[in-house]
Amino acid sequence: MSTATTMHDETGHVPPAEVEEVELYHAKTWLGKYVFSQDAKVIAIQYGCTAIAIGMVGLVLSLMMRLQLGFPNEFSFINPSNYIQAVTMHGMIMVVYLLTALFLGGFGNYFIPIMIGARDMVFPYVNMLSFWIYLLSVLILVASFFVPGGPSGAGWTLYPPQVMLEGTPGHEWGAILMLVSLAFFIIGFTMGGLNYVVTVLQARTRGMTLMRLPLTVWGIFMATILALLAFPALLVSAIMMLFDMLLGASFFMPAIVSMGEQLDHSGGSPILFQHLFWFFGHPEVYIVALPAFGMVSDILSVHARKAIFGYRMMVWAIVAIGGLSFIVWAHHMYVSGMNPYFGFFFATTTLIIAVPTALKVYNWVLTLWRGNIHLTIPMLFAIGFIFTFVNGGLTGLFLGNVTVDLPLSDTLFVVAHFHMVMAVSPVLVLYGAIYHWYPKISGRMFHQGMAQFHFWITFVGSYAIYYPMHYLGLMGVPRRYFSMGSTDFILPSAQGLNEFITIAAIIVGVTQLLFIYNLVWSLFKGEKASDNPWNATTLEWQTATTPPGHGNFGKELPLVYRWPYDYSVPGEDIDFLPQNQPPRGAG
Amino acid sequence: MTITLLFMAFLMGVVVWWLVKQTINIKPWVMDDGVLVGDVDAGVLSEPKAKTGLWVFLAVVTSMFCLFISAYAMRMKLGDWTPLPEPDLLWVNTGLLVLSSIALQWARNAAKQDRIDSLKVGLNVAGVLTIGFIVGQLFAWRQLVDDGYFLNSNPANAFFYLFTALHGLHILGGLVAWIRAVSRLWRGSDAAQVRLSVELCAVYWHFLLIVWLILFGLMLST
Repeated sequence: MSTATTMHDETGHVPPAEVEEVELYHAKTWLGKYVFSQDAKVIAIQYGCTAIAIGMVGLVLSLMMRLQLGFPNEFSFINPSNYIQAVTMHGMIMVVYLLTALFLGGFGNYFIPIMIGARDMVFPYVNMLSFWIYLLSVLILVASFFVPGGPSGAGWTLYPPQVMLEGTPGHEWGAILMLVSLAFFIIGFTMGGLNYVVTVLQARTRGMTLMRLPLTVWGIFMATILALLAFPALLVSAIMMLFDMLLGASFFMPAIVSMGEQLDHSGGSPILFQHLFWFFGHPEVYIVALPAFGMVSDILSVHARKAIFGYRMMVWAIVAIGGLSFIVWAHHMYVSGMNPYFGFFFATTTLIIAVPTALKVYNWVLTLWRGNIHLTIPMLFAIGFIFTFVNGGLTGLFLGNVTVDLPLSDTLFVVAHFHMVMAVSPVLVLYGAIYHWYPKISGRMFHQGMAQFHFWITFVGSYAIYYPMHYLGLMGVPRRYFSMGSTDFILPSAQGLNEFITIAAIIVGVTQLLFIYNLVWSLFKGEKASDNPWNATTLEWQTATTPPGHGNFGKELPLVYRWPYDYSVPGEDIDFLPQNQPPRGAG
Repeated sequence: MTITLLFMAFLMGVVVWWLVKQTINIKPWVMDDGVLVGDVDAGVLSEPKAKTGLWVFLAVVTSMFCLFISAYAMRMKLGDWTPLPEPDLLWVNTGLLVLSSIALQWARNAAKQDRIDSLKVGLNVAGVLTIGFIVGQLFAWRQLVDDGYFLNSNPANAFFYLFTALHGLHILGGLVAWIRAVSRLWRGSDAAQVRLSVELCAVYWHFLLIVWLILFGLMLST
């Protein structure tokens, strides 16, 4: 590794050479081309569709919860058991099976090769396997809805001992299927992740130095490294939990009396599980956030016709956030009775992570400053992201402090915080990114009117949902409760607020169908898109055909001459210079 | 979690060091018209891609075993821990694994020097020794069960079965790669064509040997 780099450093500029060509696997059958495809772009779309499909299930589950909270006991199909099952499955589906899969499996597969000027991922066959194993894991997860007892109802964190006690719904089959499904997800992801990392390291085209990578690639690259190192913690806890459940081990299970019966377990430590789970769980937040950070940077820069402010700082902030994300996990465990000095340590690291994150926010805002802002649909979503992210980040400062966190723990304030920061924010970026790259991926423009409507309902609607939730949380309304019962501290007006939130949630939820309708409608009826409708500089917009064919580029791979943010360069005739455009006088 | 954190810190150190080397003082926005800026080499690694892939994979596996060891260290401190007597057979198995690693290294050198016969011998011997290791581990399980050291009777036992099972699974995965290399040799590939596969097998075997020595040492000493 080191010898190669020093060699290049010494020679400085090496003479131009032919770009090394790779042999592509060309499928001969329809099945090989569209189903068992080894083309990263097809795999990306497969990942994307699967993730969005299971995400819709998660969305329906969340509406089910909201119906109960807004109109308690009005709906007979919701009972305490399937309410907590909905809570559990909604959380796990959204965090792992939707966001992680869509950002890394979907966007990672599509954009890593094409943005770095490669024909495909370096191990296409492994890449294909990665998708099919992911699909298997999704199917196993879905199967848990249909087994006796239904899916697990232990909350998405699957804390023992609750997860395997008789009183918890899905304690026999549901929980096991969930853990097995997660294990498969991790195996599938590792296969994909190896691909993403090695592709970024070794398949970049000539001239594409690390510091000429678009921030989208930086975000996905760093998130993949985090995921590769953090998912093993989830795997470890899943395996040990399965040992406890199936083989009678006592890693996590203490001696416990359940339903009047002494269980066979003794001496295990539920806290050990929490440590392992959150050692995965916290980096997971950034596994979702870093790709979003990267993509939003690119969208802002393109639609403000201005170079991203502080590119190097942005790259280093991504790296710093990635590193720090491994030493903050216990801030999820302030109420577990930990040593106060530990709490102090983790509160400190948690607040430190706000520094690189805030740098990124400043840089996004400064990118907009005196830019030539085009309020296109992707731009609306990107700006919406800045708002929600700042909002969610600020409540993070509250919860990061032990003393403030203790009374707020397990209230709706926490729910409002993490939905703002890691649900709405990344999802807004996802929508922005889908609208931004839809013309390239499908070859058609999306319907503007529907997209406008979708943006405003989603953006304003998410505030309508989560803003009041902070107040409910401050009042002490607990999360995960099926009904509040009679309490003194919850004012009757809380019910009115809950009703309002539910109605807003239903409106936002239904509007998402319009988004899917728009995608499908535009695929057939949309206006034909040009190769580069946004006048962007990065390589995916410079392909010979739209949508790009297998192999991404034409006969020759592009040569990269410049960084990806040459917008509005003084003295140039056009306001953008593609990365593969030679400097003047060089041609 | 100290062990895991040390490993993570080390890995992050490597990543950051490598990035600093590549990126510090680079101003990608500066276009110098005097030089053909496009001719700058992208600085991609020159290693074979499969080799980089393997090293990244080893980092993932190391992360997993570090977490298991962390869990072991944390669980051990709780009151109900009774160490189990490791069967002497494990020493024999360890010997087999060491020998298989040596045989693979020998095969790797033979492949480098195009000595096809030694390559075949080394590869076959390594496979047989490895299968011997797996069988030996199964016998060790048998022995422990016969002596009444069940998985559910003590966390130390559970960790023993967990560690050996996972390590064994990784060895089995390695054997798949080994079978691919051997079958290609059978079908008449020459040394140059399997050189990379054999090299990767050797690296993986050395890695799993180190993992085993650490796990075995940990279980012996606690």
